[in-house]
Amino acid sequence: MNHDIYDDDYIRGILDSMKTIAMVGASPVNVRPSYFAFKYLAQRGYDMIPVNPGQVGKSLIGKPFVASLDDIDRAVDMIDIFRNSEAALPLVEQALKMTPRPKVIWMQLGVRNDDACALAENAGLKVVMNRCPKIEYGRLSSEISWMGVNSRTLSSKRAPVPTQGMRLSLHRVSVGGGDTAAADRAARLKDDKNNRS
Amino acid sequence: MTDRTPGFATLAIHAGAQPDPTTGARTTPIYQTTSFVFNDADHAASLFGLQAFGNIYTRLGNPTTAVLEERVAALEGGTAAVATASGHAAQVTALHQLLRPGDEFIAARKLYGGSINQFTHAFKSFGWNVVWADPDDIASFERAVTPRTKAIYVESIANPSGSITDIAAIAAVARDAGVPLIVDNTLASPYLIRPIDHGADIVLHSLTKFIGGHGNSIGGVIVDAGTFDWSRDNKYPILSEPRPEYHGIKLQETFGNFAFAIACRVLGLRDLGAALSPFNAFLFLTGVETLPLRMQRHCDNALAVAEWLAAHPAVNEVNYAGLPGNRYNELARKYAPKGAGALFTFTLKGGYEAGVNLVSNLKLFSHLANIGDTRSLVIHPASTTHSQLTDEQKIQAGAGPDLVRLSIGLEDKEDLIADLDQALRG
Repeated sequence: MNHDIYDDDYIRGILDSMKTIAMVGASPVNVRPSYFAFKYLAQRGYDMIPVNPGQVGKSLIGKPFVASLDDIDRAVDMIDIFRNSEAALPLVEQALKMTPRPKVIWMQLGVRNDDACALAENAGLKVVMNRCPKIEYGRLSSEISWMGVNSRTLSSKRAPVPTQGMRLSLHRVSVGGGDTAAADRAARLKDDKNNRS
Repeated sequence: MTDRTPGFATLAIHAGAQPDPTTGARTTPIYQTTSFVFNDADHAASLFGLQAFGNIYTRLGNPTTAVLEERVAALEGGTAAVATASGHAAQVTALHQLLRPGDEFIAARKLYGGSINQFTHAFKSFGWNVVWADPDDIASFERAVTPRTKAIYVESIANPSGSITDIAAIAAVARDAGVPLIVDNTLASPYLIRPIDHGADIVLHSLTKFIGGHGNSIGGVIVDAGTFDWSRDNKYPILSEPRPEYHGIKLQETFGNFAFAIACRVLGLRDLGAALSPFNAFLFLTGVETLPLRMQRHCDNALAVAEWLAAHPAVNEVNYAGLPGNRYNELARKYAPKGAGALFTFTLKGGYEAGVNLVSNLKLFSHLANIGDTRSLVIHPASTTHSQLTDEQKIQAGAGPDLVRLSIGLEDKEDLIADLDQALRG
């Protein structure tokens, strides 16, 4: 499938059906994007597991760190990769050995590894690359609209007042695909540049 | 549920707005409050640390204003938007994220006179140096590029001349130079031209004009196209490097393709302070719902009045890009096929004095310094909006002394023509 653009339905389906997420590369430093995303997803009701070998023995907002995917004691629906793109391939290999297997490999904003993606997809997993689950959840629920961000969704329904720990409805009408035409252009420009160099 | 892309008119009404969660109010309420309570200390810390989505203080963001911001971002095809207290505030807030003392930006000579003033004089004290180029000569932009260039700035339809800018050609210059193209889209509105579709990286508006449409509020907005890679070559450290006041957050790394809008909000609005009033945001929201209807009527009326004036014996020349034979007609058909806007200028055979007489004889047209009102407006730029420029700058800006500018409103076109007819007869 095309990993430059995702349909909102694809992202919505993943975020709606996932319950347990292992975040590889979760940082305890509270200005790192992984910390933001970890905390936000935990507050939206996901069972979050921080994976970071350098932090074992400590916890992230009350969730104990584990050293690797092998050390997780329960079924994981999704692996969120907050590492560099090269690290994605061995992580997918490791994920495919887990029992039961995770259903989704999610690579963070700026992380893309097409070989790792192909390996996971051939094994029947869904893959998202170069996206942030916090941003996508905020966008599809329109919670991100507080920041003047274009959620690219519409709704004429009254939404509940969001409270701590509440899962939000992601079922608004999508305006377009998984990305704006403008952002696609940025991706293309980057590709052009890579092809030239 | 199928993903269907709604049309412009649907977005103009619905984007960003949904019934109020607490009351069910269908129209976006006016949240006329300075501040918002936190759930607890952790929630407060998360909001201040940019970790959570939510409201803190109206200088940084407001629920009424946020609806307007998302609305404009959707209409322009951008990733996010930030509203400001005026169009001028949008310019200084946007450029403050890009330029440091000693830096340069290239701007089209044909700009709103107030922008020329701001760029020439106010920005000089920041150490930002404007370098002028001619929008009718694309090579002049290429020649102006230096290692200190940080942005290129043009108007989609230039004020007051009504000339159309070849946005795609200038976007190519910006791309080669590795700098963002900023387009002031005030005169076109996204109904006529969407600069992002033609390569713009940042779009600005004076909301005061067509988006508000009713001449009742001052405001501006910055739209982030999400297209520019700010971290590519360390030219934009505000976006690519750790921010000390946010404990080392890197904005592009954290916020991706809406990082520029976040910078304008959490640094620009926070520190420069030019936030839009929630009440004005509400008035703009009411206006923008009818933008497509109004803009089409503005264009249809403008074309009818321009055609009538072009045939009038007292008129020397009508400069409206919508008229066949105008030097900008080809660009108008490419960039603004639905119409060339509400604004145009013309010169009278009787020169300066005939222009002054016309302005004083008109009974329906209002003589004032604004554009994009429901009402038809007339002004003599040389003695008003562009009066602080030198004679040479006036001519370069398309505001010569014998020139009258019209902003055609939404009245019956027959009444506008009758008013001009009686005023020209004196």
